[in-house]
Parts: sequence; C-alpha cells; structure tokens
Amino acid sequence: MAKRDQDGASAVAKNGARSFAKEDQEQLRHYYYQMVLLRRFEERTSEMYTKAKIGGYCHLNIGEEATIVGLMAALKPEDYIYTNYREHGYIIARGTDPGPVMAELFGRETGVSGGRGGSMHLFDGSRNFMGGYAIVGGQVPLAVGAAYALKYQGKPGVVLCQLGDATTNIGAWYESLNLAKLWQLPVLFFIVNNGFGMGTSVAEGSSEPDLYKKGASFRIHGERVDGTDPLAVRDAVARLRERAEKEHEPAILDVVSFRFRGHSVIDPDRYRDPEWVKANRATHDPIPHFANALLEQKIVDEDWIKEVADRVEREVQAAIDFADQSPPPKMEDMYRYMYATEVPNTLSAAEQELFETRLKGGR
Amino acid sequence: MPIITYRQALNDTLGEELARDPNVLLMGEEIGKFEGSYKITEGLLAEFGPKRVVDTPIAEEGFVGLATGAAMLGLRPVVEIMTINFILVAIDQVVNHASKIHYMFGGQVRVPLVIRTPSGGIGQLAATHSQSFENWFAYCPGLKVVAPSTPYDAKGLLRAAIRDDDPVIFIESLPLYDTKGEVPENDDYVLPIGKADVKREGTDVTVVAYSRMTVVAMQVAQQLEKEGISVEVVDLRSLRPLDRPTIVESVKKTGRAVIIEEDWRSYGIGAEIAATIQEEAFDYLDAPVLRVAGLEVPLPYAQEMSRAAKPSAQDLVDAIHKVMRGSR
Repeated sequence: MAKRDQDGASAVAKNGARSFAKEDQEQLRHYYYQMVLLRRFEERTSEMYTKAKIGGYCHLNIGEEATIVGLMAALKPEDYIYTNYREHGYIIARGTDPGPVMAELFGRETGVSGGRGGSMHLFDGSRNFMGGYAIVGGQVPLAVGAAYALKYQGKPGVVLCQLGDATTNIGAWYESLNLAKLWQLPVLFFIVNNGFGMGTSVAEGSSEPDLYKKGASFRIHGERVDGTDPLAVRDAVARLRERAEKEHEPAILDVVSFRFRGHSVIDPDRYRDPEWVKANRATHDPIPHFANALLEQKIVDEDWIKEVADRVEREVQAAIDFADQSPPPKMEDMYRYMYATEVPNTLSAAEQELFETRLKGGR
Repeated sequence: MPIITYRQALNDTLGEELARDPNVLLMGEEIGKFEGSYKITEGLLAEFGPKRVVDTPIAEEGFVGLATGAAMLGLRPVVEIMTINFILVAIDQVVNHASKIHYMFGGQVRVPLVIRTPSGGIGQLAATHSQSFENWFAYCPGLKVVAPSTPYDAKGLLRAAIRDDDPVIFIESLPLYDTKGEVPENDDYVLPIGKADVKREGTDVTVVAYSRMTVVAMQVAQQLEKEGISVEVVDLRSLRPLDRPTIVESVKKTGRAVIIEEDWRSYGIGAEIAATIQEEAFDYLDAPVLRVAGLEVPLPYAQEMSRAAKPSAQDLVDAIHKVMRGSR
C-alpha cells in the first residue's frame, strides 16, 4: 500500500449544520421523500431476493440515498446518465416509476429493459438514463462518447458518468479521462466513494486514496463532497455541471458515503468489523440526519415523517405487486432485440430446431 | 467499368458516406494528418476537416468505447483499428458493450458503429502483428462481421456496414489493399450483410473462403480447370451472420468441400463451416470435409518459417486432389 499523506486521512466530511432558509421547502420535503423511497425500495428488494423473486447479482444503494437524490436534483432533463451496476436508486430518482424497475429485477416483460437486463442493466431511454453497466469501468468510455456526441451535435446538456471508488483503478478510466480533457467534453465523473470495492478498501486499492486528485495529471479539476448531505451533493453537481455545459470542462466529484451492507445482497460482509460498521451506519445514515434537520427547522413535523413512511410503504408494495402480476417475456421474443437492422441467415438449422423445441415447452 | 484498388474502393466509400450523412465520422490512430497507416483515409482530413476525421490517441479501449457511446446518441462512427491485433485491448468494449447494448436494454437504443481493421499477415510482421481474430467476433451474438475479398465487395459491404444500425466488424486484409477489380461509378449499390457470394460456379468440389483466401481459391480454381476439375468458390463475405444455406446448397451439388482460412485451424471459422456441412449435408458428401489452414504457432519472424506457417495455394490444390481421389 502506498504511503498516505495527511489529506487522505480524512474520511467523510462531517454533516454541517445547514440552514434551510434559502431553500424551497417543497423541494426539501421531496428530497426526503425520495431518500425514504430509495431506502425502502432497496430493503424490499433485499427481501424479494431472499424469497427468490430476484435472481443473479443484486447490489443495493442503502446508505447512498443522499448521494443519489442530491445528484438527480442537480441534473437537467437534457442530461444523460451512465452508471455502474449498483443503480436501482439512480433510475428511480431520475423519475422512472418503481414498478417497472422492480419488474426488471423480477425479470418481467414490463421491466425497464424488457426483462432482458436485470438488476445490473437498467435502462430508460425516455429519461436519458443510458444504462447500468456491470463490467467495472465499462460505462466510463461510453459516457465520454455520449458527451462527444452532445458536443458534436451542438446539443445542450452534459453526461453524468457514475462510477464506484474502485473503478478509478482500471485502465478504461484513465483513457477516458485523457479523452475527456483532450477533447474538452461535457462530462462529469461522479465517484460514489462508499469506501469499498467489494472487500478492498479505497486505500488498499489506490495509491492515491484521495480520489478527486486522480484527474490531476490530465488537468481535470476534482473535488470531494459529503455524500450523506443531499444539498451539498446537489450544489457541487450543479456548479460542475454548469461549467461542463458552458465551458466543456470535465470534472471529477468524489462523493463520500458509507456502504451499509456487503457488496451485494449475498455478501455476508465478514471482512469488516461489525462494531465498526454499526458505528459508521449510525454516523453516516443520511435519512435520520436529514429528517432531524427538517424537524429542527420546523419544515416538517413528526406526523409528516410518518405519512411519508406510509406513502412509501404503499408505493413500494405497489411496485412489488406490479412486478408480481407482470408476465415474463414471451419465449417467441427470444431474438426480438438481437439486431436493430434485420439481416438474413441469423439462425442455423440446428439452432432453429432447438428454438422450436423450446417454443413447444421442451427443455 | 473502372478498375480500382481495394484501397481506393474503401477510400472512395468513406468519402462518399461522409458526404452523404453528417452523423458519419471517422476515428482512429493516425487516420488524419498521417492519412492512415495503410492510407485508407488518404485525403479525407483535407476534404472533411478534423470534426469528421478524428485522430485519436493510442487508446483503443477508450476510443472504441467512446465511439460506442457516441453511436448510442445517434452518431455513426467508423473506427479504424490499425491492425486487428490491437483490438484485443478494446475487446471489452466490443464484446461486453457494443454487441449487447441493443438486446440487453430491450431494444431501446441502437449502436450504429463500424470497426474497420485489417486481419492476417504480410511480410515478416511476426507473432503479434499477423493474427486473424475475426472468429473471436464472429462468435459473439449481437455483432455483425463482414470480410470482403474484392474492391467491388469492399465498397458494397462498407456502405452496408455504415448504414446498418448494429455494430459491424469490417475485416480487411493488408495484401488485398493493392489488388484491383471492377467497381461501377455512380452506382449506390449496397451488398447485403449475411449473404455469401458464389464467386465461381463449379461441379466437382466446393471451396469455401473469405477475404484474401478467396483470391487464392479463385487462382487455384482457374489452375485446376486445366486438369478438368471444376471448382465452385463460395466467398462468405459475411462471417456473422453466416450464410449457411449457400454453403450447404453448393456442397449438396458438388459433394465435396474444402475450406481455406489464413490462420490457426483449431476453433476457427473453418471448424464452424465443416460442422455445418456435416449437420446439413452429410448424406451428400462423397469425401470428408477438409480444412486448409496455418500452423498453430506464434508466427515466427524468420522468412522461411513465416512462409511455412501460412497456408499456400499448393496446400489448397493438394486438399482438392485429396477429396477428388477415389471418386474419380
């Protein structure tokens, strides 16, 4: 492990006591509602996974609600979003109905990717949500390419490229930083720094643990923000977004939060000290913190907090019911999205025979 | 009809497509100021400017991924990879991303991307600069892979590739660049992806080939005609989708098949074709299906060894004699 300097020793900035005086109160209430929705959606997702309604790998956003809600509050409809595979909350906070998101996790035709993608590959073209990507680093060049297209076509907006802390160690990231700055592209690199890439801590994987500095040799500006404070995230994104759009200056935002659970729903998290995790959950949980701030400044009352919980409970249950009642994709549509431009001879006789067996219910 | 080189056919087509569609752009290493390592993009930067003809840094994964992302937003990038050997550092973007994005996201977004690259070897380029990886890409559903053998085909298939809404791997060949052939002027013909072409009709044996090996097969066919052996040459043109019906129909007619491919035999394109013939035309075969391919070594530099490791026209002649033996 590389020697750490003083700067790298600070983990998460403390939630500052923030005045809401200049804030739109309705907006603040909406942020809180969104955070609770994301939390509850993920808790129920975990439950659905243990009931085997959801298969494959499944990664939760628990603990990252403020990061996500703050981000989405700053993005505009014309912006494009590329994320990694821990993205349920992102697509919901972008405005996609939780029902089709849960339906995708269930592998149903009504899912956001038609049941073809699953938890790690959510997509909503109508909201410029350009996909969850499950190969670490894979989304980064794609996002830079989307920014290239925006600039080429002279369109407004920026591209938001979300990535995990450990993705800053892969080659695709560095090639992308070089291209983004070399060609002055409107892209923001949004590092969700939850402290761990699976079981490897940031400092164990990166010779520069201050991730916002990793654009320095590319002359890309970077900064760090407290990812448990939705307003801090929102304001930082809004500022860098504006710069990216107007001046075509890419930037890195290192958004620090804490991963509440294991890497995925099936990870028992044995590599972290349970006491330490417990303590960090208490200090890094954005939801009670934001609730307390809203209560203290009399923007909401306890009844309202309870109403939000009830409303979210109903909405998430409705999403589960929607997913449950949705049909799986039709078997005859197996090849439906294979090619956008039809061409002849895509199936061999042998494959055709196998497919027909499957259509008749043969296994 | 004008006779032009394969290189000229590609260069003309790129220029015409740039002029036709403002969303078409070229990207790659040394394609602009340097005008391409093999001069396929000669003159295009001067004509279309740096917005349309983009010199990239040496970062294949980065710019192939970038082109894929740009294609998702409606651009139609045509990427040049200097030789197919260098595409390996970009393979994650091609195989895990470009090929899957349309299907995996339920058809919501298209990836109209072309990757042009020469495959195979020439001279003494040795182990890392002489390989043929088109089968790696032909293995992958979601990609289309084409490999023209003549200037005419190069033009028609490159047009098809650029106008297609899916990622297309366009396989070229260094020794083919200077070959010549007839290409009509003022004719916006497009060749279908997924269709093979019977380059020469014959009755005794089917030779299946693609790219440069088609040229070898045509020469051999002409030579054997003098011996009274009638060779049918099926030029695949497209490796994915593979036009199995044309191959099978030809073999049913001739009863014999020899496949020639430039590189390693094991797990190659030839293996796929031999299996297809066995599955769909077994009862029509008068002889075992033979494959002509190279020696399975990292291509040695020394001239004698380098030459010996590659398949030759004589290898094809020998294989055809072998399948003809016993039945004549």
